[in-house]
Formats: sequence, C-alpha cells, structure tokens
Amino acid sequence: MTVRRFDAMVIGGGLVGSAIAWGLRREGLSVALLDEGDAAYRASRGNFGLVWVQSKGLGAPWYQRWTRQSAESWAALADDLAKQTGLSLGLSQPGGLHLCLSDQEMKDRETRLEQMKREAGNYGFDYRMLDAREAREMLPGLGPAVVGASFTPYDGHVSPLALLRSLHHGFTALGGVYLPNVKITGIATAPRNFLLQTNLGTIQAERAVLAAGLGNAALATHFGLKAPVRPQRGQVLVTERARAALPMPTTTIRQTGEGSIMLGDSVEEVGFDTRQSQPVMAEIAHRAALCFPWIGKLNVVRAWSALRVMSPDGLPIYEQSETLPGAFTANCHSGVTLAAAHGKLLAPMIARGELDPFLAPFSAKRF
Amino acid sequence: MFRTRPDHRPETVQVFVEGRALMVPEGSSAAAAMLIAGLPAMRETPVSGSPRLAWCMMGVCFDCLAEIDGIANRQACMVPVAAGMRIARQHGAREVPR
Amino acid sequence: MNLVPVKTSPAPSKFDLAIIGAGPAGMAAAITARECGLSVLVVDETAAPGGQVFRAAELAGADPALARDMAPGLDLIARFRALDITYRPGATLWMLDPDTGTLSVSRLGESSDFVAERILLATGAQERPVPIPGWTLPGVMSAGAAQIALKTAGMVPSGRVVLAGQGPLMWLLANQLIRAGVLPVLVETRTQPILRTALEHGGIFSGFAQLAKGIGLILKARQSGMRVITGAKHLRAEGSPRVQGLRFEGGYEACDTLLLHEGVMPSTHISMAIGLEHGWDSQQLCWRPKLDVFGASSHARIAVAGDGAVIGGWEAALAAGQLAALDAGLRLGRIARANRDARAEVSAAALLQARALRPFLDALYAPSQEILAPPEESTIICRCEEVTAGSLRWAAAIGATGPNQAKAYLRCGMGPCQGRLCGSTVAAVIAETRSVPVAEVGHFRPRAPYKPITVNELAGAPQGADRLS
Repeated sequence: MTVRRFDAMVIGGGLVGSAIAWGLRREGLSVALLDEGDAAYRASRGNFGLVWVQSKGLGAPWYQRWTRQSAESWAALADDLAKQTGLSLGLSQPGGLHLCLSDQEMKDRETRLEQMKREAGNYGFDYRMLDAREAREMLPGLGPAVVGASFTPYDGHVSPLALLRSLHHGFTALGGVYLPNVKITGIATAPRNFLLQTNLGTIQAERAVLAAGLGNAALATHFGLKAPVRPQRGQVLVTERARAALPMPTTTIRQTGEGSIMLGDSVEEVGFDTRQSQPVMAEIAHRAALCFPWIGKLNVVRAWSALRVMSPDGLPIYEQSETLPGAFTANCHSGVTLAAAHGKLLAPMIARGELDPFLAPFSAKRF
Repeated sequence: MFRTRPDHRPETVQVFVEGRALMVPEGSSAAAAMLIAGLPAMRETPVSGSPRLAWCMMGVCFDCLAEIDGIANRQACMVPVAAGMRIARQHGAREVPR
Repeated sequence: MNLVPVKTSPAPSKFDLAIIGAGPAGMAAAITARECGLSVLVVDETAAPGGQVFRAAELAGADPALARDMAPGLDLIARFRALDITYRPGATLWMLDPDTGTLSVSRLGESSDFVAERILLATGAQERPVPIPGWTLPGVMSAGAAQIALKTAGMVPSGRVVLAGQGPLMWLLANQLIRAGVLPVLVETRTQPILRTALEHGGIFSGFAQLAKGIGLILKARQSGMRVITGAKHLRAEGSPRVQGLRFEGGYEACDTLLLHEGVMPSTHISMAIGLEHGWDSQQLCWRPKLDVFGASSHARIAVAGDGAVIGGWEAALAAGQLAALDAGLRLGRIARANRDARAEVSAAALLQARALRPFLDALYAPSQEILAPPEESTIICRCEEVTAGSLRWAAAIGATGPNQAKAYLRCGMGPCQGRLCGSTVAAVIAETRSVPVAEVGHFRPRAPYKPITVNELAGAPQGADRLS
C-alpha cells in the first residue's frame, strides 16, 4: 500500500483538531486531518457556543490569560474564516452576564471574581457586580428571581457549528487533506516519525497531533503522552426561533443568530452515557424560566446530550512528548472559546516543533 | 383553494381566520380552516420569509405553524377547531411573548 | 431559592401495556391485550381513534366519497371505544425511557408521566417527501394531506387539481375525489412495466383480492373520464406566489392545487430516538426497526407493529397489532406459550396474506432516483431550514459522511420537524454524492422532545418536581 506523507497529521476533526489543522496549514505545512464517521461522541456537535472568559482559570492565572488571548484573537479568526469561506460565524462579543438567583450566589460570585482579579495581577481583569436593576437594564425581560449578575466585557458567543463547518471548509480550501471515516489499525512511532495504518491507507508524518477528544486517553499512550480525560455529560435545550430579544449572552442562556434560544447546562458524571434525562431537562427549563419568564412560553424544539472532554482539574492539556518529540496532545472542554488560540497561537508552536514555555503548566505532568 | 361540502358535512363551527368569521365543518383542523378561508399562506418562514401552506396535514412537516388563540407556532393541522377559535398567520420568527 | 411554584404530581400510574397510536395496529392490539387480561394505556395525538387510514371515520362514515373505505374501520373503532382501557386522545408522547418504561405525555399544555411494563409503538407511516423543484409553493401538498382534509372536514380542492406521482394511494384518492365531485388529472411517474414486475415478484395469487381492488380503482377512475399521463419525468411545480402548474418532460398541466405522492414509509422517529436497532430495507427503500415475528424489538421492553414497523396496509397492521398483544400477554405471564401460539396462527396467516402483494407493489412503484436525491441545486431538501440539494452535495463532497455531520454543517434536520421529512432525502443525496450505499450513510439521531413542548411545561414535568427544592 502506498504511504501518504505529510508534515503533520492531526487525529480528530472536532473543534480542537480542525482549528489546529487549519492553523498548521496556514503555516505552510502539508496536513492530514483524520476524523471519525457520522455517528460518534463528537463533543464539537454538542457545544453551546460561548466564547467565555468570565470565571475561567480560578487559581490558574495562566489559563485565565490563555483564555483572554483567545477571546482577543477571536474576531481575527472569524474574519479570516469569513474571507476564506464566505460564511459568517455570527460572532458577537458584547460582554456577558452570569445571573445570580440568591444573595449567597452573588457573594460567592464576587469572591471568585475578586480572586481572579488578584491573580491576574498586572494583566488586569475587569469585572462588575450588577444589582437587579442594572442587570435588567442590560437584559430586558429579566425575571424577579434574578438578584443580580456579574459582568465582564470579554465574553461573547458564536455559532459553534458554523465554526466547525468553516474550519473544515477553510482547511480543505487551503489544500488540507480531510479524511473522514478513518479507522486506525496500526501505529508505529519514532521521534519525529509517525506512521498510521488505516482503512484509508498508510499515513506518515513528522508531527502527530492528538486531538481526538475522549479518544485521546487511549491514543496518548502510543505516542509517549498522557491524556487523562473523562467524559462529563451536559444537556442543552433549544427553543423555536424568536425575534431578537437577548442582546448579550449569559452563562446558561443565549440567543443564536438564527433567533433560537439555547438553554444549558448541566454537569453530570455518568460515564459514556449520552442519554437524555427528564429531571435534568426540567431543571434547565426551570432555571431558564426563572431568569426570563417570557422564555417559559417558548417551545423547546430540540434538545441533546453530549459529553464534554474533561481533565481532572478542568483545564486544557497541551504537551509535546519527551520520548517521541513531534507528538503533541491537545485537550480541552472549551473548543469554541479556545479555537482562536488553537488556530493562531498553538498551531504555529506545533509547526515550529516547540510549545512556548508559558504553556508548561498545561502539561499532563501536573497530574 | 378548498371548498366544503355542506350536503355531506352539515355540522359546522364558527371560527375567526385573520379576524374574519367563517363557518367550517366540525372535525376540521385549524389548518383546514385556513385552507377553507383561502389564505395565500399559513405562515412566512423565519429563514427566508417564504409563504407556506400546509404540506402533510398530519403533524409531520410543521409547515402549518400558525397563531391560534393568541399562542404562536402551533401545528394548526393538529388542533381541532372549537367555537370562537382565533386563527392567524405566523409571520416569521415568533414575537417574544409578554 | 425557589420562586416559581413547583407542581408535585401524583405518582405515575403503571400499566401492563402502553400503546402509542390508535390506528388499526394500536386498536387491534388494545382489543387483544384486554382479551389477555392486560391493563392498557393508549396514547394518540389525534382527537379520535382511526389512525390515518380511518381518520375521522366516525365523522366521515356517511360521506359518500368515503363510506365504503371507512366501513371496516367503523366496526374496529366501535369495539375499541367499548374497551375498559385508559385512552388518551389529543396527547403527544414527547419522551420515552425504554429502560424504565416511562412515557412523558403532553396534553392540553400539561405533561404527565406514565409507566408501563411493556410498550408498543404503533405510530404508523408517513408519506415520502417529494422534493421536486417548487414543492414548497403554496398549493402544493401531499396526496395524503388532501385525503386527510377530505376525511376530517369533507373538503375538496377547488379549481384544477393535478395528482402527480405513483402508488396505490394515488388511485384511491383519485376515486375518492371523483366521488366527491372533483375530476383531477393524474400524472403518473411510474416507469416500471406492470406485467413484467408482476411476473418477477409474484404474490399475485395470494394477494389477488387486493390486486383486484387496485385494478378496480384504476379502471373506475379512467372510466370517469380522468385523464392519465404516464411515465412522467423531471417534475417541477411552477408558479408564483402559489402553484400554477406542473411541468414535466414533454408536458405541462395547469393547476390550482398540486398533490404529490411517491409512496409511504414507516415513521421511525420514536423508534430511532429510543435507540432501537434498525435495518435498511432495500425493497421498501427505508429504514425500519429490526423485529421478530411478534414485533419484539432489540429492546426488551419495546415492540413495534403496523406501518411503523413495515409498510403493509391496515389489514397487516391489524394482524401485527394482535400478534404484539399476544406476545405481551405471554411476556407478562397472563397467557401460556401454547395459548399465544395457537391464537397467533390466525393473525400470522392474515399478516402473510395482507402482505402478499407487497414485493410487487414496492417494485412497481419504486421512487426514481431523481425523487430520492433531487438533482437540481436549488431544490429545497429541508423545508424547515430551507437547505438546498446543492448545499448538501457540497457538504457531502467536503467530508460530511452522514446526515448528522451534514446537519452540523448546514442545519438540515434542526427545524421543528427534527428531520422527519428531510432525513431520507439527506441520506440519499449524501450516498449518491459519495458513491456509497444508503445503508452505510446512516440516519439522523432524533432526541427528546419528540414534538415541541414549552419551556414551562418541561419545567413542570413530573420528574423535575422531585429534583427541585
């Protein structure tokens, strides 16, 4: 069988893998992006769509900073992709609110954000606690159950599916090779020399990027890496399309460019179980109706359940293998927020063959 | 464009379609009432504003979404008419309910 | 702090057998289940029993256009109504947990849960989509839609009517319209030769009664002066702002109403949502749940009967409903195996008889490739999200290997119908573009809620009440 050679192979065609593959291609590397079939866990198809900075990185200012950098580069990413594909991603970064339904929630929230501000140091972290009246001015229709909110100007949202689509489109338009329905039957590794035997032939590359989400846990060991990720379930409800009503996103409620309102989210430790559960759906609905009573009257037209890719501390894992240089792992549960960082910051590092030292805290050695 | 056959379905119900009173056969759905009224469309789509009448009349296609008794986006073919029912076109995406 | 009063609902009632759908399969199953001594719940979306074939039979029973077709249904409905069961009409199943047997049902804006030991899906069939250019124009409907309008309201299309497509339902509807005083023009898309197909597929003798009935319909319609155009290709609906005519290769028929039909297929929305194993039927060109002879599915608690299992018509549905109920009787320990098998013999024979003509009909009326996978770029495939065939081909070409990835790229299947109408077309287009069999391409993964319910109703759903404090 003929061997197809590339500068880099990216294993996993979700938001993480596609962003990295796209970025690598822009660096001029020849890239193969290997993906699963139609029915797969695919965290990328279950994403909520927030480009969220607020409350990311408590106790880990490097994550706070990485997230901020991504949010700041996001408009440029959207622009690049729009130019390449003609598709608007519907990016909007007006800032975001985290709604609080009790005084205790407000206190806890303020404590948390104050700590983040301290940890941000000279980098700065701008947040405000809003009382009910101020919150209502920002978000009309807010219900009486809302006691207040925290606000940061860095937050926003985007269409996660448009992002996935345009990354794939942009990648292939740039000459990247996208291979779906891949099944790996054999792996051979040496420093800067990786060979994959697959149902679509043999693929060889100097760099191998593991971006297979939950699949990374098993895959990593073949490449001298560790990726201790576990599934964490989340469920989302989506309403019928409505006229524009929400000018900015909140942590669990946002209105898409099409007009539908997305309601999240849940955090469930149930293993690889993607079933839906009525009590959880009811709770999401209940909380949403508490925040915005008018949402209560809208129809839920679809819902889903998907598995986040969660590391033990919830932070991303980025690492280059020491025993097999050229092999990298990339895992996170914020594939949308970090897409810009992955495409524009991480990919060039991988192309150069070296992760910047400031990413050292993200290595799996911390576990 | 539909017509009723009062000789064979004499029992009727009064409903209001776009504000106009109309007698429709008992057993009609709200979608049927809109067809009898001769409306050019039951809704305009939220995606492109295209006019749509019903396609399947059995609850599968969701093209018959209409405002019934003040509630938007109801599957009109699944709602049996009742006396005094107010049926109106759904114009694109739903208004945010008060 | 909980500021919205939370409903605490009573503990869910438990039934031996819950039946979804009060059509022929559902009604027959309920009758047989009661004979076996089972407690029965029947949930149906429509206001009265009958399914689609006997829709509004009680109202339409005296209508001369429909009387003879409704007659068999009236007796069945009367027997169903006399049963001592819990019957919930106008109720929509929006979630089903097969592992616990919990059914979430919405009725009059409120949600309740029921629990059943065994659940029978008898949700019937739906018409195939007929995605020709212009099919979304006002005035273009499915043939079944016109039939439902006639059954429920006695109403008929006024002005010029064109019936286009193929299948037994076309001829049945033509006759019903003629009896109701409307003379349509029938534009048939059938290209298969009748005699050769009959010889190849057999079933003619055992299915003779059905065949004779069908031939009778065709002859009657022609005798009434209905014009028939055969072998029509490249259909397109034209006109603005509503349909004004049907164009096809070599012809044009002006019309005020265009009724399209290319056969029916099982409604698999719920059976797929709950994760039953399905197989691709290359004869009927559809997915259907994998079942044993009693309709038992790949899940221990679930059975499927009627057109929702495999297209066979109402007499087959009746027999299949009986078989599923007998099997439920055995599984729930109310009848012995020998008893079930003895009683099943009659139903099984009736089922075979009713389905005898099916291979012939499926082959004769197989939809053409251009109907399954519309060739023109601008033809709408997903009516809800207005996704075109051209976009879908693009998505398949850049790497969408199946409907779920195509949905992620294009939003097809994200509208309120949740892919009921576009799923088969999406899969066929992807298969054609990527040169793989449709079976390999797969299908959408429907999720709850199977039909829309409001956020408030979902918030007040019974299981939710326990969790909120």
